[in-house]
Amino acid sequence: MRPTAPLILAAAATVLTAGSLTACSSGSGSDPDTVKVAYNRSTDNKIRFKDEHFQSVKEQFEKEHPGKKVELLPIQAPDNDYATKAQQMMRSPRTAPDLVYEDTFRISSDIEAGYLRPLDPYLAKWDSWDRFVDTAKEAAKARDGRTYGVPDGTDTRGLWFNKEIFARAGLPAGWQPKNWDEVLDAARTVKQKVPGVIPLNVYTGKGPGEAAVMQGFEMLLYGTGADPLYDTTAKKWVAGGQGFKDALAFVETVYGEKLGPDPSDALDPNIGTKVATEWFPEGKLAISLDGSWMGQNWINGGPRAWPEWETALGQAPMPTQHGRAPGKVSMSGGWAWAIPRKAKNPDLAWEFIKTLQTAENAVRWDVVGAQIAVREDVARDPEYLKSMPGITFFTALVGHTHYRPALPVYPQVSTAIGEAMEKVTTGDGSPESAAKEYDEQLRTIVGDAVVGG
Amino acid sequence: MVRWLPLAPATVLLLLFLAGPIGYCVWIAFTDTQLTGASGSSFVGFDNFRRAFADGDFRNAVLLTLVFTFLSSIVGQNTLGLALAGLMRAASRPVRTVTGALVIASWVLPEIVAAFLLYAFFRREGTLNMILGWLHLPSQNWLFTLPILAVSFANVWRGTAFSMLIYSAALSGIPQEIGEAAAVDGASGPRRLWHVTLPMIRRSIGTNLMLNTLSTLSVFGLIWAMTRGGPGNRSQTLPVFMYDQAFVNSLIGYGTAVALLLLLVGALFSVVYLRLMKVEV
Repeated sequence: MRPTAPLILAAAATVLTAGSLTACSSGSGSDPDTVKVAYNRSTDNKIRFKDEHFQSVKEQFEKEHPGKKVELLPIQAPDNDYATKAQQMMRSPRTAPDLVYEDTFRISSDIEAGYLRPLDPYLAKWDSWDRFVDTAKEAAKARDGRTYGVPDGTDTRGLWFNKEIFARAGLPAGWQPKNWDEVLDAARTVKQKVPGVIPLNVYTGKGPGEAAVMQGFEMLLYGTGADPLYDTTAKKWVAGGQGFKDALAFVETVYGEKLGPDPSDALDPNIGTKVATEWFPEGKLAISLDGSWMGQNWINGGPRAWPEWETALGQAPMPTQHGRAPGKVSMSGGWAWAIPRKAKNPDLAWEFIKTLQTAENAVRWDVVGAQIAVREDVARDPEYLKSMPGITFFTALVGHTHYRPALPVYPQVSTAIGEAMEKVTTGDGSPESAAKEYDEQLRTIVGDAVVGG
Repeated sequence: MVRWLPLAPATVLLLLFLAGPIGYCVWIAFTDTQLTGASGSSFVGFDNFRRAFADGDFRNAVLLTLVFTFLSSIVGQNTLGLALAGLMRAASRPVRTVTGALVIASWVLPEIVAAFLLYAFFRREGTLNMILGWLHLPSQNWLFTLPILAVSFANVWRGTAFSMLIYSAALSGIPQEIGEAAAVDGASGPRRLWHVTLPMIRRSIGTNLMLNTLSTLSVFGLIWAMTRGGPGNRSQTLPVFMYDQAFVNSLIGYGTAVALLLLLVGALFSVVYLRLMKVEV
């Protein structure tokens, strides 16, 4: 070996390590008159309602605050990658935005990491805060009792079904399943009577990420009993018990009996777009366990205009496993505006939050974003109430909804659940073995804070 | 002392931009640094490495990395590159030009473009299945059933040009008389290859294997764009596993430890080549 060999090895080392673990930064100056706003832009180039809304709020803000500027920093990426990018930006004062749009399920993790600053001093002087419903106020509250984000909407989840396909399969247009078996039976009937359509879509696997874990798995899991994921009284995570295995078994049944999409489609990160812009409008899908925001894909200016959806589709609440009271289950999430700890212009950022949350803007955002209101005044607004067919149905689900455990480790737990789902979807493992692996991963993630299993 | 002076700026730069980040990475690998969810980080010794060896997904990633490297680099790129170089020596000029242009074109393409091309080729409604359909052959769904094979093929398609160029240069360095002499002595084609040609280009083979292996070990974009390491973890090689741990699970410390282990795998391969092939570096 010549003396240059170590150098070559060192060069290889750089390529393998430093090169793969460096973050690129969006160079930014610190202009005291500019508020930099980071948010996630949809990966679907036809979906730009969010950008348009923020753009109009920006213009409004700049008119009301002469000399001040808003710089929108759209990050076009899937949710997981958006979060990673935002976290990297917040690590350094040179790159930290002044305002960041955070999914409430990650916010406690980012609070714990010290990325965000408490908003209590601002909230104390803000009249509108009283109009927010209590659950929404809790969404961005940390264990230290302080609030770190202002939510701008929420969502609920249920079953969407295609009435035309149901008619051909001889199923009722007012379908209201009472338990899991009735959901599966309807899917089996569709498979038998209407060949060529996908009977039932349940999001699954690591590709769709949190969409699969929340819309798919947790909608099932929270129908199996009280606090099936995290025991709030013992303050411990629940290891994969019977409810966990049953929920996995449901997913396994859907994909094992070929009631769902082809697994290679199901595990594609972009399946959500496919469901909304292809399968439903083209009549290729009978039932989807999906979110309250689906309609925004089909209304004017959405990525896929489909005026007939109001009559073609019906909604039903997702039933609990055996019809146990209250008989229906929903999960809720939502996004919130937060100010990074390393933001250069926190006060100006707060002013922008106030502009985002004027009564008119709050209503308009919930309408264009197909959000469920988190403010009492918005929930009563006539424009909101007639904004979307089914909005009353989905708003009513708020009474039966569950929120994910707002804990720093939740995103990691979510990844572990996604892996368990993927195993039963591909047939690489049984619900029992997948649940067992989840238990092992859970212990790695949270240490001793586990019960059962 | 004075003789070192001209080298000083370069040495400082190397230390700053090469040794610095590597040193930092080594340090991070021994801490529990997280991207989110914890504010501080502390030194945890060999915990990350212990965790890796106890992690079934890590072992799966090591295995897949070896499969991927063996199939696409050692077998695929290397033999195909040598075969192409050999055939092109015997071919007429136009054939040589066209083949060379095609092979090199696939190498010149940016990794992500090549990845999407091959994704479009392999996907269920993709080009390959259309062709198979016309020929009335059964369709495939490799991206789902055998993803590691699909990405290995993609890497062969993309990286063969490099081996071909190295071997073309090596073969053109062998004097014609030697081959002719062997032929006069009655050595058949395969024997001439085995006993004359290969020993003469041994050093090139070693160098090529080493460069190929190291670049294949760190292939990330190709696999990420084609399969994201899925379905399940059937194509999750070490670089993809490392990314998932560091940026999806936010475990920067653990991800960096895996990166160091990947480096170790690369170093092992390099040492083997250095010993076996007497590669000059």
